[in-house]
Amino acid sequence: MQILYLALALFLLLNLGAGMWRVVRGPTAADRMLAAQLFGTTAVAVLLLLAQATGNAALRDVALVFALLAAVTAVAFVRRTWQQA
Amino acid sequence: MTLSEIISSILLISGAVFFLAGTLGLLRFPDVYTRLHALTKADNVGLGLMVVGLALQSESLAGVGKLLLIWLLVMLAGASVAHLIAKGALHRGISLWKR
Repeated sequence: MQILYLALALFLLLNLGAGMWRVVRGPTAADRMLAAQLFGTTAVAVLLLLAQATGNAALRDVALVFALLAAVTAVAFVRRTWQQA
Repeated sequence: MTLSEIISSILLISGAVFFLAGTLGLLRFPDVYTRLHALTKADNVGLGLMVVGLALQSESLAGVGKLLLIWLLVMLAGASVAHLIAKGALHRGISLWKR
């Protein structure tokens, strides 16, 4: 089971790497923010898998914080920093 | 492998497939609205399947509760972010994709 957890975590990490392409390309700021949103959700999944694989329960708390921060960053982006297209 | 391990392996792998679909949508779809559609839905389903798969392996009931709490938070964030960004994009005049 541990091999499966680690393999899936690696697979999700590769997904994140592929998502970087959208950050490079854009074209609007919103597209880059969507990539950040992808990072938030995928990072939560990676952390949960690693918590199970290594038996380190503190990683679940880190995942909880990531889930909270993902919402906060997007709201801050829309309300504060998004310039006119 | 026990039965619960087999079931949770299936759930975890299908969750990963949904994550792949979300990333493909983010990379391939033509405008911000369609990308939003791919990303916020597919990824949340993928995370949900992974959470259920991991919850089957969890030792305690509190651990299951924490996993479900994380999933609920991510879903709440995903839903509000999708609406905020779509509304903001319309408001700022980013045009809809037409064939």
